[in-house]
Amino acid sequence: MKKVLYSQRLAPYFFILPFVLTLLVFWLVPVGRSVVMSFQEVLYGQTTFIGTANYERLGRDPIFWKAVYNSMRYMLLTLLLLIPIPMVLAAIVNSKLGSSRLKNIFKASLFVPALTSVVVAGIVFRLMFSETPSGLMNEVVGFFGFGPVRWLREDLTGLVALLALAVWRWAGVNMMYFLAGMQAIPHDYYEAASLDGASKVQQFFHVTLPNLKPTMVYVTTISVYGGLAMFLESFMLYAGNNSPNNQGLTIVGYLYRKGIQENDLGFASAVGVVLLVLILAINLTQLTATGTFKKESVR
Amino acid sequence: MTLRTTTPPDATQGRRTEEPRLTHRRASLIQAAFLVLIAAVALIPLLAIFLGTFQDGNVIIRNGISFSVDFSELSLDNYVMLFTDSGLYFRWFWNSLIITIVQVVGTLLVSSFVAYGFAMYEFKGKRLGFILVLILMTVPFEMLMLPLYVQVNNFGAADQYWIVVLPFLAQAVTIFFFRQYFLGVPKEVLEAGRVDGVTEFGIFFRLVVPIAKPAFAAMAILNGMITWNNFLWPLLVLRSPEKFVLPIGLNTLLTPHGNNYELLIIGAFFSLIPILILFLAFQRFFIDGMTAGAVKG
Repeated sequence: MKKVLYSQRLAPYFFILPFVLTLLVFWLVPVGRSVVMSFQEVLYGQTTFIGTANYERLGRDPIFWKAVYNSMRYMLLTLLLLIPIPMVLAAIVNSKLGSSRLKNIFKASLFVPALTSVVVAGIVFRLMFSETPSGLMNEVVGFFGFGPVRWLREDLTGLVALLALAVWRWAGVNMMYFLAGMQAIPHDYYEAASLDGASKVQQFFHVTLPNLKPTMVYVTTISVYGGLAMFLESFMLYAGNNSPNNQGLTIVGYLYRKGIQENDLGFASAVGVVLLVLILAINLTQLTATGTFKKESVR
Repeated sequence: MTLRTTTPPDATQGRRTEEPRLTHRRASLIQAAFLVLIAAVALIPLLAIFLGTFQDGNVIIRNGISFSVDFSELSLDNYVMLFTDSGLYFRWFWNSLIITIVQVVGTLLVSSFVAYGFAMYEFKGKRLGFILVLILMTVPFEMLMLPLYVQVNNFGAADQYWIVVLPFLAQAVTIFFFRQYFLGVPKEVLEAGRVDGVTEFGIFFRLVVPIAKPAFAAMAILNGMITWNNFLWPLLVLRSPEKFVLPIGLNTLLTPHGNNYELLIIGAFFSLIPILILFLAFQRFFIDGMTAGAVKG
């Protein structure tokens, strides 16, 4: 026993044991079972092997494809919003201009929304995007002379509400990522560019942007996953998993509906496997592209 | 590892004075106005819900939330109701608090323990193990939702708190953050411990943990916030209303035919308060913790 406690050869395995157990019990075993289930029909505990029938059913299912379309659309639009906007805000905060006191208040104000739970944020946004003329967002569009909008009842305006919720919650966090990235750029780079006669805007495009690449890769990655796995935002905004014409239904929402609400476990597992393959493919591509598999980054 | 959040020192002070003074002043005014405007927009939803706590909940649900309210109709009725009502709200608040404390203590202990193994030793399978940490760090929990749900039901573990906490004890982001921190701990500390006859685990608990306080603070904040706000996993596991945590409890109040909309608004607002207080007190640790993943090793 005493030998074990002092062994530098055995110690690391004890240290990482909790991780290995978590991985086995909560990841590999359930996911493995889920893959098996996706080839089965599961009814009241009775399982029958049905080959790829669940996947064939999935391919023909228009609601599944609608969910895929919704998730992809949401993911791409959040990328288009949640990278440029926070980056510009970070650049403004990082500029030498202005009072740092005000900037600190600004950073805190933008960060606070990320502290709210999706439940509270969803409740507030559902009430702000109320379709009555007296709802906050309808007052805003009314101010510009437009009639009340039936926000959550229409596809596009419902999407606007979802995106507004995403931008509200995550713009501040992404801004902090970019700010950290910008502050890591050596000052000499700007000095040199400035001596070469580069304007502030040119400096942003030729010095700041190229040096932000690692931050950008990271923010893009988490946004892709977050976007593809989006479910709770829609679940809260539409007060449940049902939205008009399934306009707010996402892949995970469909998984939840089939697996947990309708208990169609075999079919739902097939949805889950498709999503998992999609996410892992992106994950491995990204880890390879950023060189994580090379030796030096995993010491 | 620490993120600098203050503005860097002004290195070009000399050159700036050559520019026309007025343009510079005008530019900083425009910038200030812009920052104030954006900050105000970001705070509007929170101000709206705060204002909502003084209004009739049924009216809010019917008409939506907004700032054009009849100020003479504002009242403290909801506050009185919240603190005198015999409903489950404070039960849920208490459940959330207990689960959060247990989760934070457990996750910090287990995850830092694992991270120490990855940071300080060479061993077979280390690379694979750490790549798995990186993969788990980015794969969203939603992927795991159904398999885990089925597993929990099969084990008869539904509706129990330990299963709410257990899957997140060895948490990938926290492991990653601690590993980065431990890599910066001088190896001499370990050697000194070994010379003094301390066990490998004694070195971790007695020598390394005490010098890693800032990392523990940042991760306590991050995990505390994640757990306090966690919705999906408790929603799948917990079944009896008296065992609910706050987010699930609040969600049940949002049904279309609910009769407790006052509690929904004020309850949602009160659920924010612990986090907001902590944020005001420990802003730096929040930012360090929440941007933990970005600084890759």
